[in-house]
Amino acid sequence: MEEKSFSDITYEQYLKEEKLMGSRCTECEAAYVPPRSICVQCFSSDMEWVEMKGTGRLAAFTCITIAPPFMIAQGYNRKNPYISGVVELEEGGRVDARIEGLDPNKPEDIKVGMPLKVKYLHTEVGDKEETFLAFEPL
Amino acid sequence: MKKNRKLGRGVAIVGAGMSKFGMFRDKDSKDLFADAFRELIVSVDKGFDPKDVDALYLGNFSNDYFMHQAHWGPIISDLVGIAPKPATRTEGACASSALAFREGVFAIASGFYDMVLVGGVEEMSKRTTEEVAEGLALATVPYEGRAGFTFPGVFGAVATAYFAKYGAHREHLMNITIKSHNNAPLNPKAQFPVTIADLMNKKKESLQKREGAAPDWQTEKDFLADARANPVVAWPMHLFDCCPISDGASCMLLVAEEIARNFTDDPIFVAGLGQGSGRGFHASDDLTYFEATRYAAREAYGMSGLTPDDIQFSEVHDCFSIAELVHVEDLGFFKPGQGYKAIADGATRLDGIKPINTSGGLKCKGHPVGATGISQLYEVWTQLRGLAGARQVPAGDLRIGAAHNLGGTGGTCTFTILERK
Repeated sequence: MEEKSFSDITYEQYLKEEKLMGSRCTECEAAYVPPRSICVQCFSSDMEWVEMKGTGRLAAFTCITIAPPFMIAQGYNRKNPYISGVVELEEGGRVDARIEGLDPNKPEDIKVGMPLKVKYLHTEVGDKEETFLAFEPL
Repeated sequence: MKKNRKLGRGVAIVGAGMSKFGMFRDKDSKDLFADAFRELIVSVDKGFDPKDVDALYLGNFSNDYFMHQAHWGPIISDLVGIAPKPATRTEGACASSALAFREGVFAIASGFYDMVLVGGVEEMSKRTTEEVAEGLALATVPYEGRAGFTFPGVFGAVATAYFAKYGAHREHLMNITIKSHNNAPLNPKAQFPVTIADLMNKKKESLQKREGAAPDWQTEKDFLADARANPVVAWPMHLFDCCPISDGASCMLLVAEEIARNFTDDPIFVAGLGQGSGRGFHASDDLTYFEATRYAAREAYGMSGLTPDDIQFSEVHDCFSIAELVHVEDLGFFKPGQGYKAIADGATRLDGIKPINTSGGLKCKGHPVGATGISQLYEVWTQLRGLAGARQVPAGDLRIGAAHNLGGTGGTCTFTILERK
């Protein structure tokens, strides 16, 4: 058993190691991605880590032209939009993620339901290297 | 079996006021609340003494961020001359003042107070667009922000999920924008009192003058479909799908039912109250509705004994066009997946069977976030009393109206039903 807390901080640390991790309740087996430290089905705090396969389907998306400051710092703007989406994982559950490998200027070609696989974006933001969860077409 | 909640005693609205909404360089939050409060004073038919107000509940989302000034409760209680009576600030993102209204109702229903002032205020326009976007994004959930989602982005994603499930498309959202812009010129408090048709014709004229040629827009939808006139913000949300950046204030005077007629012969009563909280967009059961809105609606209908068919008109939180569409379904006005068809048939127009956002909605009336919830109830109060002038719902004999307010990306949702007896 690992000692890492079932927290957003650990979830982000695992992404740096290119692992998409969730938590599973050892009492009732309910699974959560991102992880929860308290099971909201049976209210046990006895959780274990489970690694997701990293495959799923696009459940919803948007192509963003008016970007927030931390995305502008990564070079995104009105002329260079990007895609954010919600991905339904093969194991069930959904995650928010960036969507890569599709043209944000052609949203009509992006289909809800299309199969995707995980990709980890290691990016310089200011003087820090950060990892963002992303998915791309299978 | 779920118990229907009831108030300990009835609560009535006997006065209301709101400032004009817009972008004001020469007015701050205190000036705007003073405008709203002055209107409230004269709105109380038989008059009242502000010294009799027992407490203030004030909704404000983020003047801390926008104006670098927090702790607005006592600033406003001092402004309106009720200090040292208690002042409490409520925060529920864009639903902040709907929460103030609820707390005020509960305080009277419990028997603790007899007369409460509730209100909301927000001052946003003195920041840049990027700063406002960053300030509003404080109310998303952390995973959304990390994935690059903005507020329009989350609602854009809701639209793609809705389109995929029900076969609707952008043109259906245009019906909502056009309808709101048709109502707004009838509301003297609105930030954008202009129809899409007028905007289109003005833009044609100016392009003709400047460039010697005008685009060949035949209809309002041609105009809205042209990216030069209506650029994308977060696909499929375009500029005219999004509410503006606004300053404004709103307030209401609440009293116990048994003393209501001391202040007016036409009090408006609280019939139903509902509030829900959401789990974040990605974690919802379904991406085409808001769980917190559905919960709030069930609570309010249960308390009032009313059904969606009883609601004669409603203000609905339309921060983005798609929000109005999914919420008219969540509130039970139309079946899931049927809302866009009913809207296309004109059901939500001022002269439709279920007028929605007679005020012009957040889209055109403006959205000073902390003031919005009570400004929606102000519209319902005005309509129920028959004082809405050119935008009065023509059906006549209005008895029951409602207001739905949403905060964040669905984290806080309220539904409030008002009744004229």
